[in-house]
Amino acid sequence: MATLPATAETLIARFGPTLNFPRPEGIPGRDTPDAVVKTHCCFCGMQCGIKLVVKNNRVVGFEPWEEFPFNGGRLCPKGVQRYLQNDHPDRLMHPLERAPGRGFAPVGWDPAMERVVSEIRRIQSAHGRDAFAMLSGVSLTNEKSYLVGKFARVALRTRNLDYNGRLCMVSAGAGNKKAFGLDRASNNFSDLARAEVVMVCGANVSETFPTLTHWIWQARDNGGRLIVVDPRLTPIARTADLHLPVRPGRDSALYGAILHQLIKHDWLDHDFIANHTTDFDQACEAVADYDLAWAERVTGIPQAKVLQAAEMWGPARTSFLLHARGIEHQSKGVENVLSCINLVLATGRIGRPYCGYATITGQGNGQGGREHGHKCDQLPGNRDIENLEHRRYISQVWGIGEGDLPGKGLTAYELMEAIHRGEIRGLLSICFNPLVSLPNSAMIREALDKLEFYVAIDFFLNETARHADIVLAGSLHEEEDGTVTTAEGRVTRIRKAINPPGDARTDTSILLELADRLGAGRHFRYQTSEDIFNELRVASRGGTADYFGITYQKIEENMGVFWPCPEEGHPGTPRLWEDRKFKTPDGRAHFHGVAYREPEEVTSDEYPVILTTGRVVSQYLSGSQTRRIGKLVRQYPEPLLEIHPALASRLGIRERELVRVTTRRGAAEFPAQLVETIREDTVFVPYHWPGKKSVNQLTSGHLDPISKIPEFKVCACRLEPTGQTAPSPEESRAWASP
Amino acid sequence: MNTFRLDQEFFLDPQRCIGCHACEMACAECETNGQLPMIHVDYVERYSTPQTAVQVCMHCEDPVCARVCPAVAIEKDEFGVVHSAKTDRCIACSNCVNACPFGVPRKIEPMDLMMKCNLCYDRTSAGKRPMCATVCPSGALFYGTREEMSRMRPNSSPVNTFRFGKQTVKTRVNIMMPLGATVLVVDADE
Repeated sequence: MATLPATAETLIARFGPTLNFPRPEGIPGRDTPDAVVKTHCCFCGMQCGIKLVVKNNRVVGFEPWEEFPFNGGRLCPKGVQRYLQNDHPDRLMHPLERAPGRGFAPVGWDPAMERVVSEIRRIQSAHGRDAFAMLSGVSLTNEKSYLVGKFARVALRTRNLDYNGRLCMVSAGAGNKKAFGLDRASNNFSDLARAEVVMVCGANVSETFPTLTHWIWQARDNGGRLIVVDPRLTPIARTADLHLPVRPGRDSALYGAILHQLIKHDWLDHDFIANHTTDFDQACEAVADYDLAWAERVTGIPQAKVLQAAEMWGPARTSFLLHARGIEHQSKGVENVLSCINLVLATGRIGRPYCGYATITGQGNGQGGREHGHKCDQLPGNRDIENLEHRRYISQVWGIGEGDLPGKGLTAYELMEAIHRGEIRGLLSICFNPLVSLPNSAMIREALDKLEFYVAIDFFLNETARHADIVLAGSLHEEEDGTVTTAEGRVTRIRKAINPPGDARTDTSILLELADRLGAGRHFRYQTSEDIFNELRVASRGGTADYFGITYQKIEENMGVFWPCPEEGHPGTPRLWEDRKFKTPDGRAHFHGVAYREPEEVTSDEYPVILTTGRVVSQYLSGSQTRRIGKLVRQYPEPLLEIHPALASRLGIRERELVRVTTRRGAAEFPAQLVETIREDTVFVPYHWPGKKSVNQLTSGHLDPISKIPEFKVCACRLEPTGQTAPSPEESRAWASP
Repeated sequence: MNTFRLDQEFFLDPQRCIGCHACEMACAECETNGQLPMIHVDYVERYSTPQTAVQVCMHCEDPVCARVCPAVAIEKDEFGVVHSAKTDRCIACSNCVNACPFGVPRKIEPMDLMMKCNLCYDRTSAGKRPMCATVCPSGALFYGTREEMSRMRPNSSPVNTFRFGKQTVKTRVNIMMPLGATVLVVDADE
């Protein structure tokens, strides 16, 4: 049984989150470090270069790494404070075993491993191999992602492996594969610098990818114009030449209407369309009726602004389109992505200097992780687990029979639903906190309670791991060597700075020992992370994400190598499609007809307001790390309900009044923040907090039919003022809310 | 050996500030600051805009903070850096706090001491850039040469002359203004 072994309050008192602040009197050893290690930030997909200052096996500070080409020393507050996840009072130093009534008790590695293996065997022999599932995450390096993918298929032999990239990159990945036959940012970010128009679609760049702001501003400094599509006036939207405050969930209507204008005014690259694309007629047909009046009615954006966007985008000589979770976290995530790609293809502005297109990958290794590891339908090299040829190749690399390689499994949210139905009975998780990050958290909690056995590998006891039977103390980012692939497709080196403290072990060694105990040891003979990478290179060879020509040495010498890089003499590929040879079967880029449809949940008399969710600059994802760093918590202490003063006035809601927000999934209370920078029909709550402060108690489990990404960005809610004023933010303990 | 680079200047472009607070956190990491930031980021008026304003010491040519200090605790050095109050001289009278036209010095109550930005003297005297301007992700803060700046931002001009009523203040730190601007008039002389 996986109900909490003690009250949440008891677990919080012992395992945190505890706020780690730097000591005002200074940090011993910073002036006389043992080492200054060039590596990358452990957080988002920008993967900024940073130097970690090390003393006595502790990270005691940082220095900007000014030579690294993407960020040149620039960092966001999370990067500046990331060293404080190290030497943290909440750090798990040894394995733990559930102790009902008390919480967790320390246990030795040997009995812990023994228990895990016997439970895996028991569940799989009684209920089939697929009844034991694995959930992973893309804060892990390429090496660990590859290892997880191989471990689940070869050692656990389950088809049910998926990952937290399901909440991040899958809509963009699916859209890119459909249109280009390959899933990677088409350009590196230096192509932003001289783009005449930059269109940012559903990306809160300045809060979620702060160091990308510099590149967008470079375009503006050189005379470029900026269009930002967002229901809120975000910090980057404030600086835009044109802000399009789209009604949440209506994005593809906007891009369809812009395409309609491009066609109407003949702002098209006919040669490119004729020679390098297919299905333009279908794209045209789908938007034939999407005139400006229709666009205004559906999107809530004034006609003149939609036209202005088309006028700016259409005739430009160079351009760059960026999108992120705003358009992707929808039940139409893939369609939204395709409607954006249609605008890029119609103008033929791709595969040339300053003509670019990219999704902004969210997680640190969101790019590499999905190419080589833990996605339920993928094999290394971005291969398809249902393609016989791909299966044969990977089976041969792994030394197993093709028939022994499991098939496609369930996606993350569906996997939790299968646990809830009792079909999956055991779970191994690493680097994933679904109780905070998945929608409809009441269902997730019930599912965790139904597990017969749950083992978590983690360095902190996150909210989900509190439900575990065994917790294996794993490693931080700075405790293992490896590589990550950034949002640009640049493969970079993560350098080990210190060893895991106490009795904690590296994630790699834990997985290798489990594989050995499960009887698959002969398939997992690696001495170093580089050994794993060298096998990954072979496994990726000939796939679309081909890393074969990339070596640790080459990455270090060049400060990163862009894939595809098929041979050792190959320089890598910073800009795709210069040869106009797309990776689709016919070698052409594909338009798609995108007919607008409504989001899964629309407003009604009972639920009359749109709720949308997102992030703040001082927190990262489910907050497992950043809710433990004092200054990051203090910067934005609790989730606020952003509401337009006009809507607040109609409902009688005052500034800082606690507002009860109710959806079909549940209710939660948040202090109101009255701002004119949001649409009047929409409220916003950021999602990084747990328990009663989690907005994912309210969000829906509606999924995109192709990518299976949840619709975090749109649901219908009801707002009720409670008459109570929230205590001051300084008194909030939202970071550790039970 | 002091390797302060006189060709490098500080450029402040507040309109680019995205309110991330990386500068404050990086500043506070300096051992001499006791985890207190000497640079400050605040919302202008969150109700109507996410615009934030960032304020760092402007390092005036004729620093009024030093002129009003009765204890001669504040000094400008040969590089034009106006240093924070000397701890053994500062009497925490707050004259400088009240006199500074940019509102920079702050009295730190528990220490009974004025503290302000010293242009990361430990870094700049070793030829490095100040921490805040090194980490700033949006270019609201930049430290480098005038040539670099004009190449990067061809549509802006650095301005280091400020008019407060009848008083003109010249600073070592520049504010980026629209191309061709030469003075920032804070308070027009009626």
